[in-house]
Amino acid sequence: MELRRDVFQAIADPTRRAIITLLALQAMTPKAIAENFDSSRQTISKHIQILKACDLLEQEQNGREIYYQLNPQKIKEIADFIEPFREMWDERFNKLESIMKNYQSDNPS
Amino acid sequence: MERKTKVAAGEGEQDILISREFDLPLELLFKAYVEPRIVEQWMGTKVLKLENKKHGSWQFETSDAKGNVVFQANGVIHEFSPNRKITRTFEMENSPFPVQLEFLEFEALSANTSKLSMHIIYRSAAYRDQMLKLPFAQGLNMAHNRLQETLSKLTLS
Repeated sequence: MELRRDVFQAIADPTRRAIITLLALQAMTPKAIAENFDSSRQTISKHIQILKACDLLEQEQNGREIYYQLNPQKIKEIADFIEPFREMWDERFNKLESIMKNYQSDNPS
Repeated sequence: MERKTKVAAGEGEQDILISREFDLPLELLFKAYVEPRIVEQWMGTKVLKLENKKHGSWQFETSDAKGNVVFQANGVIHEFSPNRKITRTFEMENSPFPVQLEFLEFEALSANTSKLSMHIIYRSAAYRDQMLKLPFAQGLNMAHNRLQETLSKLTLS
């Protein structure tokens, strides 16, 4: 059976989601990624290979070290990554607006 | 649907602009940024300190249901001009992110509507992009959990 490698398969596993979250913060070596997990380096390496096969990761050679980072193009395929940031502020501001509307009716000037 | 909150982030730039129009008089919008008990409600965090004056400082802290501190942030206030402007720094504690500079400008659009414009400047374009990705990364986890819930229901039926 041939496994389909797509972004949804990549995020179907909690360890891989955790790796994506780590790499959203900074580029990391495989060793540094593995240090964040209790699983063996081989297990983490397998997850990294799957993320690579899905094109979610880009690798960069820096001397003898390989650094992985998220592939922004592919990340955009899952979602426009700014949209959740906008929604977070939108929700906050909606809350502010409704709290102050209540405040206004409780404290008429 | 018109989007009330707008975020402008130019590619390769190290700043962002967030703007929002409110169905509130300017004084009430500004009050929401000044009164600690109101800030706590809409930010969903505890306000440990909020000195609304030049050279004042602020400190927020959020705990989970078990009482573990999950978020801490602090900064100093550089400019405080009632109903007009707040300039402050923002630093997330225990995070790799350097301090950021925030310019908050408040303006009245009419007697009952107002607008807030936030201009946030990050240390670098790379740090800005990482900050923008944080809610995305958190959302990825939540979205997947929802997907999994739906899938498990499908399997059961």
